[in-house]
Amino acid sequence: MNFVAPVINYSQVLPILIVLGTALLGVIVEAFFARDRRYQIQVPLSIAGLVLAFVWILKIRGTTSITAESAVAIDGPALVLQGAIVILGIAGLLLIAERKLDSSGDAFVAQAAAIPGSEAERTATLAKLTQTEVFPLTLFAIAGMMLFPAANDLVTMFVALEVLSLPLYLMSGLARRRRLLSQEAALKYFLLGAFSSAFFLYGAAFLYGYSGSVGFRQIREAIQTNAGNDVFLLTGIALVSVGLLFKVSAVPFHSWTPDVYQGAPTPVTAFMAACTKIAAFGAFARLFYVGLSGARWDWRPMLTVIAIATMVLGALWALTQTDIKRMLAYSSVAHSGFILTGIVATNKAGLSGTLFYLVTYGFTTIGAFAIVTLVRNASGEATHISGYAGLGKRSPWIAMLLSLFLLGLAGIPLTSGFVAKFAVFSAAYESGSTALVIFGVLTSAIAAFFYIRLIVLMFFQDPEEDGPTVAAVPLMTTAAIALCATVTLVLGILPNALVHVIDAASRFVF
Amino acid sequence: MYLSSLLLLPLIGSAVIAALPAGRTLLAKQIALGTSVLTALLGIAMALQFDRALGTFQFVESHEWITSFGVKYGLGIDGTGLVLILMALFLAPIVILASWNEGQGGRFSQKAFFALLLVLETFMVGVFAATDVFLFYVFFEAMLIPVYFLIGSFGGPNRSYAAVKFLLYSLLGGLLMLAAVIGLYVLTKSQFGAPTFDVTELSALNIDQNLQRWLFLGFFIAFAIKAPMWPLHTWLPDAASAATPGTAILLIGVLDKVGTYGMIRYCLPLFPEASHYFAPAIVVLAVISIIYGAILAIGQKDLKRLIAFTSISHFGFIVLGIFAMTSTAGAGATLYMFNHGFSTAALFMVAGWMISRRNSSTIADFGGLQRVTPVMAWMFFIAGMSSLALPGLSSFISEVLVLVGAYQTYPVAAIISTFAIVLAALYILIVVQRSLHGPIAPGNETLPDLTTRERVAIAPVIAIIIFLGFVPSVLLNVINPTVSHTLMQVQATEPTPTAGE
Repeated sequence: MNFVAPVINYSQVLPILIVLGTALLGVIVEAFFARDRRYQIQVPLSIAGLVLAFVWILKIRGTTSITAESAVAIDGPALVLQGAIVILGIAGLLLIAERKLDSSGDAFVAQAAAIPGSEAERTATLAKLTQTEVFPLTLFAIAGMMLFPAANDLVTMFVALEVLSLPLYLMSGLARRRRLLSQEAALKYFLLGAFSSAFFLYGAAFLYGYSGSVGFRQIREAIQTNAGNDVFLLTGIALVSVGLLFKVSAVPFHSWTPDVYQGAPTPVTAFMAACTKIAAFGAFARLFYVGLSGARWDWRPMLTVIAIATMVLGALWALTQTDIKRMLAYSSVAHSGFILTGIVATNKAGLSGTLFYLVTYGFTTIGAFAIVTLVRNASGEATHISGYAGLGKRSPWIAMLLSLFLLGLAGIPLTSGFVAKFAVFSAAYESGSTALVIFGVLTSAIAAFFYIRLIVLMFFQDPEEDGPTVAAVPLMTTAAIALCATVTLVLGILPNALVHVIDAASRFVF
Repeated sequence: MYLSSLLLLPLIGSAVIAALPAGRTLLAKQIALGTSVLTALLGIAMALQFDRALGTFQFVESHEWITSFGVKYGLGIDGTGLVLILMALFLAPIVILASWNEGQGGRFSQKAFFALLLVLETFMVGVFAATDVFLFYVFFEAMLIPVYFLIGSFGGPNRSYAAVKFLLYSLLGGLLMLAAVIGLYVLTKSQFGAPTFDVTELSALNIDQNLQRWLFLGFFIAFAIKAPMWPLHTWLPDAASAATPGTAILLIGVLDKVGTYGMIRYCLPLFPEASHYFAPAIVVLAVISIIYGAILAIGQKDLKRLIAFTSISHFGFIVLGIFAMTSTAGAGATLYMFNHGFSTAALFMVAGWMISRRNSSTIADFGGLQRVTPVMAWMFFIAGMSSLALPGLSSFISEVLVLVGAYQTYPVAAIISTFAIVLAALYILIVVQRSLHGPIAPGNETLPDLTTRERVAIAPVIAIIIFLGFVPSVLLNVINPTVSHTLMQVQATEPTPTAGE
């Protein structure tokens, strides 16, 4: 029996490999370098790895091929999303690497394994320990995220899902302040995430049972020829959807989102809010547009209902929040609903609209969370929204930037969010889902209310006595915010170039 | 390039003001005034080159913007657009001069106040000049942001509530319009093969009856909130009474005209069948607005709220004129928009000065101003007379044109609306009597009369009011071809003139 080596076009998967390799280097750095030197090495190393990966993505742009024994599809959507994930990953990394904001070091706990409030923890804190494992963890997560939207069979997709999730579970538990909340968030995220992974796997088994393969192309062909048992197909679709809907935090699988967003260290929240959503929706689109496209009349009604529920409930819950991180979490739920309208459209405009939405959403979200890391009082970040009262008076620039991001999230014209909303809603309308457009538009009005409420608080109310303040903004955070603000504005006023790139790229290979 | 320059000039001025170091308030004001005067002069230069005989768009500019959506940066004006842009351009320097000391008690520096005013001026020109529906929508929504900050940061005690209410009402309307815009976009894609938002091309769309009605409603509700029409008007009195007088002038005088302008520019030509279908219902709403606004104005105790309610009544007249769909009423409605801008501006300016002198906006606190401050009292009187449409002042012509035109198609509505003239006399004369005549109210004995700056600011407004009262043809000649063009697009059959003509 001959052993045939798998054919892998390394050039096409090189971006993923670069990031993975950098992550491994990071692990080695952790092992071989003295504690106080690791930070100086890890930060430039991680950023260099990501930049290199981005350069390579630019180099192989326009590729459409299936490689690695049909396990990975490198095509327009995959490359666009990988590029976005890498750039946003850099922005997230800059926030994670920021050490000038917290007086006791960085945003991460001195010793993650120490029990909150224990003697060990106190010793570690007093020793002013800082950890750098978070950098390789971030890179592992980014590598998983890059593979997720490129995965071309269910097993690869599952592996990517786990590669991106496991580091995130850990990172959520690393907050230096409010340890218990952070650990609770990590545990919840982990348990629910594990459940949803199990659902996904179970669904994958059903789809395998239906089509005899885990490959998207084979599943697609099986659906076209109506080869198997429909019960297996439908059960499979439903269970796989649960796994993915959990990751994109769609109602009713969203309940982890506010807790995790609130408990995780804010830089990590920023990173995962933006990048996980992009990766998960990328995978979502590929699975449903490539693998399951033949069954669209079965899954479209389901996704339509979920999209409406996600938009409406996300926006309504966001209204009642008093913690800015929880509010942004529910807003991210509502945005998942908006993005789902693009997916449900199942046409080319829907795909390109979804991709454009994901890119713009990523930048506004990281920008908004970056501002959250800046507003502090003596005990760390002041996340209660009352702390934002009068910010426009104390730090007008910061307040204006946060307003820009909030207006972007609300989808006001001249910000990127408007163009994105127009793209997905028009695609949904084109596909005949008028109800989605109506609900989307009305929900946008509700959503505008809670974004504007924060703007009102910042500009039209007086600051609290000894309320939180914004100290001088350090360099790395400034860079991240400047990047996000520029993208939000430029894509709002001159979106043409990116819309073109994405339009040209909106074709899945199968 | 006239229109783009008109857009750019105030924006540059506002950037310069924003870049000034803190504390250079006087310089900021001078730059704001200079920029707006310059923009107005440029507007006049453009108006002189406007070909009055044409009913179509002139000074057309068109550049690709978002090609895959078919969105263009398309500008152009017809008679209606020109008249409204001129109104906005004239009012801007007057407002800046009149609110020289406004924004002092605001949350932010006066510099910010004037910078926002200039940004707003850009958007006002843009919204009247856009020939691309997408671009119009962008201006329509973007305009809300400066107004929101103008009300919320510089207004009276209730400003935060009023600003949010204003913004939410407008956003809701805007989003409904967005749904309709998306509908048009998808239609052009399927009917023309390529998407477009050009308003001229859009009017060639063949929209089936049912869809047309829905799309019409999407646009109309947005405009009815903006205009504001009963029962969507409740944000206006709050916003107008919380805003500074300068902001209120631009809010009611210019921004609300976007609503009625939108009905003329978008509702009628794009959805002719639906316009005819809904016209009777809209006329009823317009008549309700006319009477309701007038009656509530009579009952107001607050000077600014009174003016706001009179405006609701006046907007009812404008909408009645638009949906009567006769050339007389249409021309009257457009002329009304221009005249109302100036008579409201005059009322708000004087009211603002009265309020800032007396530190109270309650009508009962005034009295006997005629003897203490004769010039201010006379100005208020003239402005009030213009508001009640006294013959010889500009509003008279437009109101008569609307009523006569509406009588041809909706005689009952026209007759009922005529009663509003009586009500108008009541609400104006009552406030005139209470605040200007009678014994001097305690605390008013030493109020100073208008300063030179204030006289300079109000003089051109009063002059325009009187001038147009006698020579309305200056504007009507510009308006008429456009109105007939629009009516042609709605395929309105002109009723045979009644014997009186």
